[in-house]
Amino acid sequence: MPCGLFHSSYRKDDEIFKTWWVRGWLIGLLAFLVALPTFAPGISQILNTNVTNLCIIIMIYIIGAHGLNILTGFTGQISLGHGAFMGVGAYTAGILAARLHVPFFVALPAAGLMTAAVGMVFGIPSLRLKGLYLAIATMAAQFILDYAMRNWTSLTGGSAGLNVPYAAIGSFEFNTDERFYYLVLVLVVLATAFTKNLTRTRPGRAFVAIRDRYLAAEVIGVNLFKYRIMSFGISSFYVGIAGGLWGYYITIISDEHFTIWLSVQFLAMVIIGGLGHVLGAIYGAIFMVLLPELLRIPSEALSGTFPQMFVIFGTLQEGVFGLIIILFLIFEPDGLAARWHTIRNYWKLWPFSY
Amino acid sequence: MADAFLKFAQLLVTGLVTGSVYALVALGFVLIYKSTSIINFAQGEFVLVGAYVCLWIVTGLGVPFIPAFILTMVGSVFMGLVVERLVLRPMIGEPIISVIMVTIGLAALLKALVTIFWGTQIRVFPAIFSQEPIRLGQVIVSEVYVWTFFFALLFLGVFAAFFKYSRVGIAMRAVASDQMTAQSMGIPVKLVFAISWCIAAIVSGVGGILIGNINGINITLADFGLKVFPAVIFGGLDSILGAIIGGLTVGVLENLMGGYLDQFFGGGVKEVAPFIVLIIVLMVKPYGLFGIKEIERV
Repeated sequence: MPCGLFHSSYRKDDEIFKTWWVRGWLIGLLAFLVALPTFAPGISQILNTNVTNLCIIIMIYIIGAHGLNILTGFTGQISLGHGAFMGVGAYTAGILAARLHVPFFVALPAAGLMTAAVGMVFGIPSLRLKGLYLAIATMAAQFILDYAMRNWTSLTGGSAGLNVPYAAIGSFEFNTDERFYYLVLVLVVLATAFTKNLTRTRPGRAFVAIRDRYLAAEVIGVNLFKYRIMSFGISSFYVGIAGGLWGYYITIISDEHFTIWLSVQFLAMVIIGGLGHVLGAIYGAIFMVLLPELLRIPSEALSGTFPQMFVIFGTLQEGVFGLIIILFLIFEPDGLAARWHTIRNYWKLWPFSY
Repeated sequence: MADAFLKFAQLLVTGLVTGSVYALVALGFVLIYKSTSIINFAQGEFVLVGAYVCLWIVTGLGVPFIPAFILTMVGSVFMGLVVERLVLRPMIGEPIISVIMVTIGLAALLKALVTIFWGTQIRVFPAIFSQEPIRLGQVIVSEVYVWTFFFALLFLGVFAAFFKYSRVGIAMRAVASDQMTAQSMGIPVKLVFAISWCIAAIVSGVGGILIGNINGINITLADFGLKVFPAVIFGGLDSILGAIIGGLTVGVLENLMGGYLDQFFGGGVKEVAPFIVLIIVLMVKPYGLFGIKEIERV
């Protein structure tokens, strides 16, 4: 057994699946995910929750988190507006589908493109702004879009909501959780593969160069404006797709979902998962969706003895969320992905690790 | 004509009063940014906590308003110290995004704590100021507004003088200007950080109490802190004078825009107007009116 990975060519070093072992695991994981809906009802019964539903929501968030990770993790631009961007995607797809009867496979990319356009417009200040100022600028974008979604009632339906038909390809409707699960699964795999590959392309390397030291990047010929806007565009595209899927899945869109709170949750996902790791977005999304579920169990158990427990559940969730963010950033600033690497490296050479 | 002028004057006065409180909270915000380079997203929650603690001391413990006010300030100092020591100090040297996120986490935590202790319904301070309105010419102003404006200006004045003349204030400015030099001159930088957070907590708490006296308190008071962002961007993140002018401007602007444009956009313009102004300011003058433009040398 080799005591490490030794590449003898750059081509080898650049490979996504560095060993057959990794490839095997990945195929195993995919097989598991494909088979999941068949035994999901059983698990759902044991855990008293809806596993398929949770998986769909997790996967939608994974797509969005990949998007924010490209912007924040790879390009180093902070965005507090991705919640509203997701809303733009949801409304674009929703309006196209419900009012103009545009088929699903046109409406979803359109949602992505529309969101990319909006994201690029709000990304323009990023040329002159950095870090803190940019965080505030994107936050302003969040509030402006939020306001538009709430008050432009002739377009969005406002707080009454907008009804979206089921996604359909031809006459095949994705009208059950199980069918929708496979739809999202395909898109998640595509999104993840694209993100992973993006990091190996010219734009991907330009993003990382901008993140690490943008002055040096500019000196060696990276066009800052172009790549920053491109990063905003790609990132918003992902979030727009996530938003569109969300609309098709929930089938009723209202503005209440796309508040600053969602933006904060997206940011929390990529930070807790691990900035700049493709796996990070996945871990982060899983963590953030499962956290409320995990909190539900003890609070339901306690609600027998403390009846007011149920009332403050939402608040409690918010508080625990805040606490977890703080603890994570203090004790594990590099996120779950880094922790996973540490654990894996420890066991790799166990019991002779140093 | 007279009516139009009256409406304008009324909006202007309301704007100035709200703006003075924005200025006060913005002062705390800028102070933290200047000395520690941290953007504090929990500023609004400081406002919230200050207002609720004062209300609790007045109504729950039956203490008269003035001692309660002072007790709240003491409590704010304590909160500032705890937050700085437990949350922000471990974050020194971490990347900007982590620090931003930690203050967001702090905001969520504080908000949840307030809700758990005090619930979400609107509460009002017992009337402290007389309800008799004051007439300035034809414009009618309630006494609360006058006192709020007065207190806000008083605190702004006191802190401005504090930074300019007191020993601690000068030390704080030194740290803001150059941390390493300040440290090598024997200024305890960590202490200065702690003091910055305390002062920020105090001014926010005072702002919360003042605004709470006007509108009553509920959990949405925390959104007040978000309005401070346009104010500080307008003036430049690192300028105290800019924060004051920015606060007043944003207060006046949002009231005027709300007053005149609500009819066209179906209400709520007041909530979003400052942010539109913010985007425009950032596009035109990225470092605000008084902010220092960063010159980068390689």
